[in-house]
Amino acid sequence: MLDTLQNLGKATLGFFQRLGRGHLFLLQMFATIPGLLMRPRLILTQLYTVGVLTLLIILVSGLFVGMVMGLQGYNTLVDFGAEDSLGVMVALSLVRELGPVVAALLFAGRAGSALTAEIGLMKATEQLSGMEMMAVDPMQRVVAPRFLASFISLPLLAAIFSAIGIYGGYFVGVDLLGVDDGAFWAQMQDKVDLHGDVYNGVIKSVVFGFVAGWIALFEGYDAVPTAAGVSRATTRTVVHTSLAVLGLDFVLTALMFGD
Amino acid sequence: MNNRTVEIGVGLFVALGIAALFMLAMQVSNLGTFISPDDSYLLKAGFENIGGLKVRSPVTVSGVRVGRVAAIDYDDKAYEAVVTLRIQSRYDDFPEDTSASIFTAGLLGEQYIALEPGGSMENLVDGDRLQLTQSALVMEQIIGQFLYSTSASKPKE
Repeated sequence: MLDTLQNLGKATLGFFQRLGRGHLFLLQMFATIPGLLMRPRLILTQLYTVGVLTLLIILVSGLFVGMVMGLQGYNTLVDFGAEDSLGVMVALSLVRELGPVVAALLFAGRAGSALTAEIGLMKATEQLSGMEMMAVDPMQRVVAPRFLASFISLPLLAAIFSAIGIYGGYFVGVDLLGVDDGAFWAQMQDKVDLHGDVYNGVIKSVVFGFVAGWIALFEGYDAVPTAAGVSRATTRTVVHTSLAVLGLDFVLTALMFGD
Repeated sequence: MNNRTVEIGVGLFVALGIAALFMLAMQVSNLGTFISPDDSYLLKAGFENIGGLKVRSPVTVSGVRVGRVAAIDYDDKAYEAVVTLRIQSRYDDFPEDTSASIFTAGLLGEQYIALEPGGSMENLVDGDRLQLTQSALVMEQIIGQFLYSTSASKPKE
């Protein structure tokens, strides 16, 4: 009985310790960002590994998600003679929800796990301590550029995802299934609001970029410096980022569209 | 990996991202059909009942869209709804006795305002109020009238 209580207490304390370490980590990193902005080349290299190399999977998934939505939406809407609303359906679901969320999930799998593994291995092979020895701040040199790169990349990736998804829906709906070209775009422009829908989607992806970068880097930085530790940290990055993104998405949706 | 590849890759990525955002703003959302206040003028119209009319609903003449509903207020002196219409400046040739009606697009579609030009020589200018208006049809009232007329006509048979 006491052992169970002790385990519960230990788990709770461990959880809050990690939470505290996570926030301290974030503050330490923020402190190094002003100095980092003097050296944009570090961010540029990370933008390449984090953003550009994720582009392909975003393009392909966006296209196919849009095409599938065009196909499925058409089958349902045609029963009501409302297939002209296909554009609205595809655009609204992509811009509001699927673009930011699916892009963030893919980002966690493709870039987040790589970031965690990289930093975890740097820690395990004592490269981070080595940098400290040479009076190079690993926060500024290694962590902060990667954070800024994910923060910048994810909104762009989400926008690309939505845009290419809409063209995928257009391709299936208009070119293959014969929805009217004008009605597809006109109804979309009529119903999709720049502030209410597009801006809110962008805000969502900015929040997700922040969270995805933070979790991935913290898990790497906080990993147990062994092979098994790094592997566990990488798994945790993907799981925690996905959970955080889905949970935050609900909260943000409730705040933005709940009224 | 040399610097040039990295820089070109990042440049391409950022350009693509901005293009996608631009496409979402212009092509997908309503920014493209936005009417700027400089390029338009306002008309007012009082309706007994506006039904499901909303701000940003279209304003049409002969089915052609010429503007949007800018605001909807309730006038508690006249006991009617006052709808402000924002009309594009190039359609500034409406006679003074133009009438406004609220119609529904399709059976379940959204409601819009249709203007019908009259025959007066004087034209409407910014801030004028349309005198002739026709309220939205409310389904319950139509059904009510229909039931009333059928029940009233029954005894005669």
